[in-house]
Amino acid sequence: MDFIKNLAFFSILLPMVSGPVSSVLHGKTARRLSFTAVGLSGIFSGILLWYTLYTGEPFVYKMGRFAAPYGNEIRVGCLEALVALAFCLIMFLSLLGGLKFLKRDIQEEKQNLYFIMINLLLASLLALVYTNDLFTGYVFVEINTISACGLIMARGWGRNILAATKYMIMSLLGSGLVLISLSILYGITGHLLMSNLHESIVKIMEEGTYVEPLTVAVGLFAVGIAIKSALFPFHAWLPDAYGYSTCSSSAILSGLVSKGYIFLLIKFFYRVVGTDIIRATGVDDVLFAFGIAGMIFGSISAIQQTDISRMIAFSSVAQIGYIYMGFGLGVEMGMIASVFHILAHASGKSMLFVSANGLSEVSDGSRNYRDLRGSAYRHKWAGAGFLIGSLSMVGIPLLAGFTSKVYFAEAAMNAVPVKMIITLIALAISTILNAMYFIRMCITVFTPMNEQYKVEGFKGGLTYNLSMACFIVITFVLGMLSDPIFNWISQGLSQFS
Amino acid sequence: MLAQLWDNYLEVVAMILFGIGFANLLLHKNLIKKIIGLNIMDTAVYLFLASMGYIESRIAPIATNGDLNAELYVNPIPSGLVLTGIVVSVSVSALMLALTVRLYQRYHTLDIDEITTLVRKEHE
Repeated sequence: MDFIKNLAFFSILLPMVSGPVSSVLHGKTARRLSFTAVGLSGIFSGILLWYTLYTGEPFVYKMGRFAAPYGNEIRVGCLEALVALAFCLIMFLSLLGGLKFLKRDIQEEKQNLYFIMINLLLASLLALVYTNDLFTGYVFVEINTISACGLIMARGWGRNILAATKYMIMSLLGSGLVLISLSILYGITGHLLMSNLHESIVKIMEEGTYVEPLTVAVGLFAVGIAIKSALFPFHAWLPDAYGYSTCSSSAILSGLVSKGYIFLLIKFFYRVVGTDIIRATGVDDVLFAFGIAGMIFGSISAIQQTDISRMIAFSSVAQIGYIYMGFGLGVEMGMIASVFHILAHASGKSMLFVSANGLSEVSDGSRNYRDLRGSAYRHKWAGAGFLIGSLSMVGIPLLAGFTSKVYFAEAAMNAVPVKMIITLIALAISTILNAMYFIRMCITVFTPMNEQYKVEGFKGGLTYNLSMACFIVITFVLGMLSDPIFNWISQGLSQFS
Repeated sequence: MLAQLWDNYLEVVAMILFGIGFANLLLHKNLIKKIIGLNIMDTAVYLFLASMGYIESRIAPIATNGDLNAELYVNPIPSGLVLTGIVVSVSVSALMLALTVRLYQRYHTLDIDEITTLVRKEHE
């Protein structure tokens, strides 16, 4: 049984090794190797989820021979395993759904380079999820940024390179802030492991020394992660980066990359600083305000778009706003709702990007919503996926988006009255705005039209349809069978502290 | 207050440099100057870390004559962090420079606003 404890490390190591190996392989072999690596990492995470639920407690895995506080550690609880499993699954399905477009967008002999980036991205995401050391977290944040940049520019258009440059600039600002925050924390505590840091920080707060540097460090870390995950005022890079890259890249970037950073922030709040101290510093109030602003303004920007990919990208800004709003509510339930929304949004947004690419494929490659009219009839699976994804984002019952909105509303009822009223009003407005652009787009793609755009002998492709079907099932499962997932999240969060 | 700042002048300088680098990376239009800003920002963090790890009148943490008394040596961990940080910052600088080269070859300018306009025109 003890062997299972190695699996977390293996699931990070496997993509990390298969990435460099891909560089010397042919495109086809590299593709198979990456699918194997992503699938195996997912299976390992699934086994870990079962194991942590079976034993009922998290475990710490020592990296190397040195024990804490000197050595490096991996920590696995049911929440980490659940998030890692979701990341692997969504990455697998996004790759599967985008395979056809990948062959079109990237030359065969360069495809192995794309899969290096995919593997490194997965390794860094899993490391962000599992690590128990803040500096390791920083290093993997940078690896994540570099590989995400590779995914954005994979298509090689001038527009992609510009988007990648803008993404890099914003990301580097964010990681600079994270690094200086870590240095300050190390300066006042002398530790980098999360559990040791937490002990020292509690002591510092009791003694009342170094409270200002601590507040500054917490604020810088939160702002750094907020820039990297495109919270509202820092989202300028997002639409270009998500909107114009190849299908798998958009799906993976929107679904996973920002979520990895956010998960690190959750660990920082719970495992490093402690939620009580976060509330005392007031950082959560700031995140709450920006989250609410993001919910509204992200949707307003999305309404103005005529390009389907950019519309979905702006909708991501709104959904990231929801997650930060949950952080800021200052109640346990808000955090659970945020984590649930991470899963719901990751699957829903990836599905929307994959289906939008399918819809534009049968409309002469155009993404303008006028040209997409009736496309759902030409590509039925993409149409179904787009419909389910949109309804889930709007918050129709039985679907994932509805459940997370219910959790957010429930969390708001436990929060302080001012926050409760603001949250409920913002939820209502944001739902209406979501409905305005998603339902408009749904009506457009489902409006029957003459035979003008009929694509002769079009087939969606087995891999595409399979990934679409899996995404639809996941959306329904998250919506209807949310109770066990809710329990796992709340158990995992309570074991964090 | 002033005496405190004077005592910790290395940290103060590091913070000022960090601000300069951050503003350069954020506000400059020229891509090369942005990359210079990035490097100033990262170097400021290394100065901050190194100044924290240094302890007056102690020597580098390499046990040469078999003396394992920790009181003799400076804190080695910040130096390790600096080395890791340098590796990270070299790789992101290289990536940024590569992107800049690609953009320059295509649009013959380093001004990011101009490039944005050119890209927009190209796709209209």
